[in-house]
Amino acid sequence: MKVTQSQFQAGLLDPDTPAPKGLVNPDGAQASKRYDVYRNNVAVSLADALESAFPVIRKLVGAEFFRAMAGVYLRKHPPQTPLMMFYGDRMPVFLKRFEPARSLPYLPDIARLELAMRRAYHAADASPISGEDLSAIPPDALMGARFSLAPAVQVLTSDHPIHGIYAANTQPDAPKPVSGPQSVLITRPVYDPVPHLITEQTAVFLNGLRDAQTLGVAMSLAGTGLDLGRVLGLLLSQNAITELKGPSS
Amino acid sequence: MLDASPSLPPRAGVGYKPQHYSDILDAAGPLGWLEIHAENYMGDGGRPIAQLRHLAERFPISVHGVGLSIGGQSDLDRDHLARLKHLVDWLNPASFSEHLAWSTHDSHFLNDLLPLPYTDRTLTRVAAHISQVQDTLGRQMLLENPSSYLAFAESEMDEPAFLSELVKRTGCGLLLDVNNVFVSATNLRTSPQAYIDAFALDAVGEIHLGGHDEDEDETGAPLLIDSHGAAVVDPVWALLDYTLAKSGPKPLLIEWDNDVPEWAVLADEITRADAALALA
Repeated sequence: MKVTQSQFQAGLLDPDTPAPKGLVNPDGAQASKRYDVYRNNVAVSLADALESAFPVIRKLVGAEFFRAMAGVYLRKHPPQTPLMMFYGDRMPVFLKRFEPARSLPYLPDIARLELAMRRAYHAADASPISGEDLSAIPPDALMGARFSLAPAVQVLTSDHPIHGIYAANTQPDAPKPVSGPQSVLITRPVYDPVPHLITEQTAVFLNGLRDAQTLGVAMSLAGTGLDLGRVLGLLLSQNAITELKGPSS
Repeated sequence: MLDASPSLPPRAGVGYKPQHYSDILDAAGPLGWLEIHAENYMGDGGRPIAQLRHLAERFPISVHGVGLSIGGQSDLDRDHLARLKHLVDWLNPASFSEHLAWSTHDSHFLNDLLPLPYTDRTLTRVAAHISQVQDTLGRQMLLENPSSYLAFAESEMDEPAFLSELVKRTGCGLLLDVNNVFVSATNLRTSPQAYIDAFALDAVGEIHLGGHDEDEDETGAPLLIDSHGAAVVDPVWALLDYTLAKSGPKPLLIEWDNDVPEWAVLADEITRADAALALA
């Protein structure tokens, strides 16, 4: 009796499928609980991976709810690559459709934020420019300059107070989140990603820079009221700008 | 000019965990080398890669893959093999090893080391995969014996014979996990010493030691589970002594991947492994 890997795999993520025939114990009898060791290893290791990927989601829904939800997720979306550090990338969409979590409409966006923080942690290192590099651009050329942002830099916008919720669940002294939309800039000054609360305007501006628009165009996309000095100061202090190209270059 | 490839010393090593970074740099003790899981260092940058670069200046590094699915029925994942090559190229580790197991099927990665039957057909397939890995990486790899919880009725040969034949066909080396030998022998009611006697010890480039959990199957028979989450038990240390007496000193790794203890606990295991090597 041959057991193909398709047959072996079929029961791993489906507790109701019996162990394939042809797997035996030392007496030659059908293995059942012995096959369950593999079932258990797969489910537990994937649920553990999701727990370490989404600590804030877990805190928000509770450990027991999270474990049950992870069990549904891992059966619906088993990993597609062996890089467990990136497992869980479909969690935002999954949560949107996960009926038992409907009462917490901000969960999908918190999942997006946690995924972005993890991507930032593993993103390529970059050599940042300094304030002097920025001042070296003549003022009349600045509006035509293009900025490259570090690979770790990410911008998220949400209809929910994602920065406040994230902070309240990761820092002991953070204030209670207030409802309303929030935008977040993630930077990684050295090795630890940092989420910054930014205005929606700043988010539009940063997305403009990211899309390789000139500073002038990114500013006009953002509209009036953008505090350019403050945003550039933040980016410089966070080692978030890696290249500055003048209009002629 | 390039330095020659380093090799693992016949000393005690440990599976590296980031929480022990400072302990290892401050008080390595008899620690002779480190092992990392390849897949944890396949990001683009950041702290994991920076720590690894730094540790590699101090210690010989063994890269241990857990995701290549060498025992898989399907072709090796070329993207994953390319990621592995990238890591091995820049790190130039002292050793690369993987498992006699599969973990990917139908493009699903199952994050566990799954068993395969030992037949002529699987031998041909695994040999082809090992050769593909060795050709791609441009170096010899070591293949590790698995923990078994069950057997395949269709198997035609035992595990040491299967592994010996792979060595003959591909020129690969072997990684002998003594805890896995003990776990499998208990679970399949065979003799762990007989397994060691039949094992191609000349091909062994590294030995693993780890902890396991104890359970029972539905008939009440003992069922040991390779957990990498506990101290090495005395019968496994004894089996190590039995092995080293036949093989001579080998690079010896303490593996502790789950419920990772504080450094002092691992340091005790390293000291004990070091003592076992001194007697070999």
